[in-house]
Amino acid sequence: MSMAEAQSNVPGISDEVAISITGMNKWYGDFHVLRDIDLTVQRGERIVICGPSGSGKSTLIRCINALEEHQKGEIVVDGTLLSSDLKNIDKIRSEVGMCFQHFNLFPHLTILENCTLAPIWVRKMPKKEAEEIAMHYLEKVKIPDQANKYPGQLSGGQQQRVAIARSLCMRPRIMLFDEPTSALDPEMIKEVLDTMVSLAEDGMTMLCVTHEMGFARQVANRVIFMDAGQIVEQNEPEEFFNNPKSDRTQLFLSQILGH
Amino acid sequence: MSDTHANTVAFVRETQIPQSPPPATERGIVKWLRENMFSSVLNSILSLLSIFFIFMLIKDLGPWFWNSTWNAENLAECRELNSGACFAVINERWPQFFFGFYPAEERWRPVLAFLLLFPALAPVLFDKAPRALLVVTLLFPFVAYWLIWGGSIAFPLAVLLGFVLAFVIWKALAKTQPTIALIVSVLVLVLYQLVVGGAGLVENILMGILGNPEDGPALLAFEEVESRNIGGFLLTLILGITSISLALPIGILLALGRQSDLIIIKYICVGFIEFIRGVPLITLLFVANVLLAYFLPPGTTFDLILRVVIMVTAFAAAYLAEVVRGGLAALPRGQYEAADSLGLDYWQAMQLIILPQALKISIPGIVNVFIGLFKDTVLVSIISMYDPLGIVQPILADSDWNGILWELYGFVALFFFIFCYAMSQYSRYLEQKLRTDHR
Repeated sequence: MSMAEAQSNVPGISDEVAISITGMNKWYGDFHVLRDIDLTVQRGERIVICGPSGSGKSTLIRCINALEEHQKGEIVVDGTLLSSDLKNIDKIRSEVGMCFQHFNLFPHLTILENCTLAPIWVRKMPKKEAEEIAMHYLEKVKIPDQANKYPGQLSGGQQQRVAIARSLCMRPRIMLFDEPTSALDPEMIKEVLDTMVSLAEDGMTMLCVTHEMGFARQVANRVIFMDAGQIVEQNEPEEFFNNPKSDRTQLFLSQILGH
Repeated sequence: MSDTHANTVAFVRETQIPQSPPPATERGIVKWLRENMFSSVLNSILSLLSIFFIFMLIKDLGPWFWNSTWNAENLAECRELNSGACFAVINERWPQFFFGFYPAEERWRPVLAFLLLFPALAPVLFDKAPRALLVVTLLFPFVAYWLIWGGSIAFPLAVLLGFVLAFVIWKALAKTQPTIALIVSVLVLVLYQLVVGGAGLVENILMGILGNPEDGPALLAFEEVESRNIGGFLLTLILGITSISLALPIGILLALGRQSDLIIIKYICVGFIEFIRGVPLITLLFVANVLLAYFLPPGTTFDLILRVVIMVTAFAAAYLAEVVRGGLAALPRGQYEAADSLGLDYWQAMQLIILPQALKISIPGIVNVFIGLFKDTVLVSIISMYDPLGIVQPILADSDWNGILWELYGFVALFFFIFCYAMSQYSRYLEQKLRTDHR
């Protein structure tokens, strides 16, 4: 039984394919960063991608919304084939939310303006409606009272939660997280992870690049281990952590869980 | 029991100490002087030296101002009347300083145009100004042209119609195809202006309705004033304001073009910037004055002020492009990625995210270029245009005022200082207002 078939029996995960990547390759100049990536993500799945630095995990999820261009293979997101056609790229980007390691909030706009910008300009939503939606999501990430401040006035954890709210305001069907807690102080990591957990409970399709193994155990229904641009091992979190198959995975887990 | 307190650590306060003023040496002007002028021996010596130099300056310059003469026929009479400055020359020649050889009875027209400049600039410079004033801003170039150069209103109106047409086309296409809309509307604008607009058809139709001022009385027409009669501070302001307002958008587009992935656009922009920056402004002005006529079809007349404006604009735009590129390069890549990942297209990302931040970073550099440009306009005196410095020459040659220098150049310097200082102050205000990073 393949991985995808096994997943479809889990409640909350549908048969519908959200992302399908086949035979994807990417080079930076002569350097072969991603090699023959095959990955199918069902709607509602929560996937954690881990691996040593330089293994290509960030590059993989950045290819999904075309922040990086892949050179070979196919990526289909939500039924739209990712090609060099700008129309398709913009369509996919407006359906796929993304959170970055360094938040990347717009420092010249208030928190509320950060959240309403894309709905107003991309979705052509009236300002009032966009603000209502923004306030709804700011309440969801528990910082509605900061709406009129600027990003520079907020703590790192608060900024990352705003970044999550900003993505949610576009009502994305898929969320990508690129090491969302790596730039945060330990005490702030929890508030961001809590937000992500509640997002997972709502059934969002999520792909997270993260080193938070506790989060992976609690939330993920699949953990993918990457090394040297390839998918080395993927499994359900219980199996993955307690019974890793490949040597490379065992070494990696012993290094990050050993201390 | 009086020694109890000395032996125990425990302590409870029973009465509040009332608030008292700081000692006399820590208050008001004494404190300020001590901290700012006499905080150390070296500082005290420097302060005293500075005070001494300022005193010497006032001692010599003061009487020159106090004993100045404002009414005299010539320099000799000035010297007889009083020992100080001879401002009589400015009193006699100020119309030339302000207007060049603009006809005396028509001078109210440039003055009115200057007054209209304030409501036109207000909504651009200050976001508290009513937005309705933007109408004045948009119409100002056409009204100012009509007021200063005169003639029938048909010409500026025909040109304005071209802009309206281009805007309507852009508006219709912008929703679906922003880049194509920009290119098409610019093409329409250029074609219109070259083929039917200012040059002929539309102007003639309008002239037919209003009457041609050359044939007799006409509606909405002033006496024409030729460009060579426009001079002085009026010329400086025309060149400075027109070039500044054209150079900024062109400079921004050049900077974006230089970063573009479209290889042809990129190299056109790079070529333009590097060529213009590599050539002295005086060379460009000579090209505008002499050589341009050879490149244009025979018989085309091309107003000299317009030619100079084009050259000065190109020069400033090339410098601005590099200043703005510096601002663009200073933005973290994450800002571009965040804008992209939200699904904003190129023009939206530039307009909403990238340029507001890049321009804010570049404000000091941009204003630097503007101030430089404003002062560089005096270079037109070498192609025999009568800017304020050009006006000084015939006065110096006049036997009545032969030998007077300080008053004339000082007056010109004062004018430039007022405008340049205003620009500098505005840029500081803008930086303060846009400071949202809370560092």
